[in-house]
Amino acid sequence: MTLGPGDTIELKVTPDQFLTVRYAGASGDFNPIHIDEEFARSVGLPGRILHGLWTMAQVARAHTDAAGGPERLKRLSVQFRGMGRIGEEIVVSGTVREVEGAVAIVDSQAEQAGHRLIRNAVAEISVS
Amino acid sequence: MALNTEAVGKTYPANLYAVGREKIREYAYAVGETNPLYLDVEAARAASYADVVAPPMFAVVYQGRAITPALFDPHVGIDFANMLHAGQEFEWGPVVVAGDEIKTTITVKSIEQRGGMGFYDFVGESRNQRDETVCTGIWRQIVRGRS
Repeated sequence: MTLGPGDTIELKVTPDQFLTVRYAGASGDFNPIHIDEEFARSVGLPGRILHGLWTMAQVARAHTDAAGGPERLKRLSVQFRGMGRIGEEIVVSGTVREVEGAVAIVDSQAEQAGHRLIRNAVAEISVS
Repeated sequence: MALNTEAVGKTYPANLYAVGREKIREYAYAVGETNPLYLDVEAARAASYADVVAPPMFAVVYQGRAITPALFDPHVGIDFANMLHAGQEFEWGPVVVAGDEIKTTITVKSIEQRGGMGFYDFVGESRNQRDETVCTGIWRQIVRGRS
């Protein structure tokens, strides 16, 4: 695996109408703000919103795809910001900050229509 | 509001999660994964894994189940209606594969008050049947103050 300082990674994905329902079932997070339009509006949201951990999984996927497999992702930390909307493209983008020995440090974020959903994401990838 | 920090250090009984092949596939499809290691037993075995591999973020499945009792613990006292998931960190060890049994222990790491908000951090440590640490997670929740 050759990931060097300054190399970039990117992943684009558009969450479809029923994604949050599938993810609720897969993850076990059935918070109604993600799956019940009426409930979401009743608590002041514009509608159902994406699960933050689904968006984090897109950040993780961008890294494992670039690194060449799941066993190479050693650490990932993120901050959640904003609300992810259904039907609008999300862009994950990252840059290799440095390579220390066999570990690449990658800074990344996820944004949707100019709003950052995830910021200050930092990953450690094994490049040995 | 003065925040009750008595629960810091509290550890909850371990949660045991049996990792299923179809659960891994269901999770992988839901997050858009197409790597055959997650979906195809033969591909996983060809790569020397015992069964299909769980994507790293599958940690939310086995740790998420374990953390729920802590989030709802009256001793911790989170006002759930005002809780936001502010941050998340995972550190991974050996990969998890279908057939593994993962034991997760949750501990209240810290409770702090800053700017009228409560910051609650929980740590989850997950070990497999060989007692290897497969994942350490830090779950950061913020509770907005009621005004």
